[in-house]
Amino acid sequence: MSILIDADTTFIVQGITGREAVNLVKECLDYGAGAKIVGGVTPGRKGRDVHGVPVFDTVAQCVEHHRGPIDGSVVTVPPAFTKDAVFEALQNGIKLVVIVTERIPRGDVAQMVELAAEREARIIGPNCLGVIVPDVIKMGGIGGPARDAAKSYTPGTVGVISRSGGMTTEMSSTLTAAGLGQSTAVSIGGDAIIGSSYAELMPLFEADPQTEAIVIYTEPGGRMEAELARYVTENDSRLPIVAFMAGRFMDEMPGMSFGHAGTIVEGKEDTATEKIARLAQAGIVVAEEISVIPDIVKDKLGARV
Amino acid sequence: MRFFEYESRAIVAKAGIPITKQGFAKTPEEARRIAEQIGGPVVIKSQVLSGGRMKAGGVKFADTPDEAAGHAERILELEIGGHMPRGVLVDDRADVKHEYYAGVVWDGIRKLPVILFSDMGGIDIEEVAENHPDHVARAHFSTLRPFSDWQAKQLISSLGVTGSALNRLTPILARLARLFLSYDMTLAEINPLGELTDGAFVALDAHMDMENEARPRQKELLHELGVGDEETRQAREPTPFELAGEQVDAMDHRGVAGNVTEFDGNLGLVIGAGGGSLTLFDAVRAQGGKPANYCEIGGNPSVRKACGLAKLVLQKPGVERIAVMMSIVSNTRVDIVARGVIKACVELGHDPAEKIAIFRIPGAWEEEGFKILERYGIEYADRSVSLHEAARRAVEKIQGGNGAGAEGDQFRQTTAEIGSETDV
Repeated sequence: MSILIDADTTFIVQGITGREAVNLVKECLDYGAGAKIVGGVTPGRKGRDVHGVPVFDTVAQCVEHHRGPIDGSVVTVPPAFTKDAVFEALQNGIKLVVIVTERIPRGDVAQMVELAAEREARIIGPNCLGVIVPDVIKMGGIGGPARDAAKSYTPGTVGVISRSGGMTTEMSSTLTAAGLGQSTAVSIGGDAIIGSSYAELMPLFEADPQTEAIVIYTEPGGRMEAELARYVTENDSRLPIVAFMAGRFMDEMPGMSFGHAGTIVEGKEDTATEKIARLAQAGIVVAEEISVIPDIVKDKLGARV
Repeated sequence: MRFFEYESRAIVAKAGIPITKQGFAKTPEEARRIAEQIGGPVVIKSQVLSGGRMKAGGVKFADTPDEAAGHAERILELEIGGHMPRGVLVDDRADVKHEYYAGVVWDGIRKLPVILFSDMGGIDIEEVAENHPDHVARAHFSTLRPFSDWQAKQLISSLGVTGSALNRLTPILARLARLFLSYDMTLAEINPLGELTDGAFVALDAHMDMENEARPRQKELLHELGVGDEETRQAREPTPFELAGEQVDAMDHRGVAGNVTEFDGNLGLVIGAGGGSLTLFDAVRAQGGKPANYCEIGGNPSVRKACGLAKLVLQKPGVERIAVMMSIVSNTRVDIVARGVIKACVELGHDPAEKIAIFRIPGAWEEEGFKILERYGIEYADRSVSLHEAARRAVEKIQGGNGAGAEGDQFRQTTAEIGSETDV
């Protein structure tokens, strides 16, 4: 099993004729069993196709062509148009929206998230690379071309959640090399407000029988790690979690943002030091470097048997 | 981006919230003229983007225009927190009866804006929240539905405020909530929000922060305030090295060479991307290395951009070698970055094998990239070498070795085979 997506998931790509989107479509079609990309949207380009995927002017036309509800959408349109595109997807019944676009103002993201909640839909991102179920399906640029993604990701029991798209692959590759496959890896995005946080994805992993442990990549800025620590403590999670914290140097440089828009140390609570302490309190092991993560995971898994 | 107080108060006034009579002055003479216009006791406030103005002597009271000019002269030359003031604000000294606090911020967990109100203004809201939690009221509000006055009224009255104070405060807080969203603020704060002896309410100080990502669509407001596109308003002013980094990034539209930040070590870093750079910078320091800089390359940069960034770092005084490292790439091409950094070394007359302590970028086009690196005898690593291990090797080389590439290196090799712009 997996979370969020599986072999049967259907999705569209909004902004499908853009340069990066064209690559993304090819990557997803080539990967695993081949993603079921049932259409794409670029206003004014109806009638074309991208690697065989039909292009439409509107999401409604995609739904009509598909003759039924579509599960998801990958949104890769410029920041000024993203909110409108996401609203269009949500109003047309799409329940999983992966937003690749970066540099979207927070006010827009909050509106998308609020509407998604009303429509009982889920947003992943923005500023993310999407979701991958090893050897089955990928939805987004995560892992890159199918051939490269196959080098880094293998099926297994570890759920991966990361605020950095690239580090999702780096950490999964490290797990793969140590013989630990992944159930699902999710690049959740590096912005200050995102559709799905660690704590919000945990219940999904919790309910997935394949997943036996969680590995997360974290950064300074925000209170998402504190939220996860609280979730773990309050819900008595069955899943051991191993975390890696990057950007420790930022503690010495308050008010500066590095790496991702969401990383900025504004108070005491969002420093790396404070976050590490909070995670540790909740029983989450914080690895000093990525290469030691597999051993810690194996240790945790062994200890439970 | 942060706004100066005089800008923040202009924003507040634009939203229909009353402020005291005031003016922005860049010279003592201008300060005198504004004080004359106000006609009465005034406050002279330094306009810097750092806190602690009062303590540093950046806020002075004056009874006459002459005194105002005198204070302005001294404050204009007073450095506060490493910043010289942009000017002074000459502000009517109002007769204040009581000070309130009003602010709006984002709650990243609830993913909604939250409006805060306190009847204990004039001090840090964090301090009030910690020591007098019953004097702080807060409420989340929707970004989809318009903010209604009753929401402000309910918040204010929850602290027991009633009578004309409640009725006068309500529209002020409602307008603050609306301006927060309409101007894409990440912080909109009025502190203190003063109740004057005549019963009027005015914003006595304001602090506004706008989201950088929103600057393109807030051009009109920024233009009105006279904020130029080139003003970054970061926590500290960019150094010449950092400005040169921005120029490298602007060289072409291919890829990103971002967040070039100066440090004073001897190991130059050509690292990427977002999360990889954060990890690698930590890793170098954890190994006892001294980074000369921070940066983030990614998004499939051109040979030209990778070369430009490597040259900039190589030419930074004190840099002995560079380490070229990234987390596994899927979009950026290994071979293109390899060509770029080799070209930089060669064009500066260095032996790439000496100057590049390690090259650790696995991923897209790695076979091609590794072939090129091999040809130049550069130490490289694939994904089997962890980011921390790569950092360790780089640091070891710089500490073990006697700084490669002194002046007389004069390593010259034809650049034909690495190509100028062979990337597609």
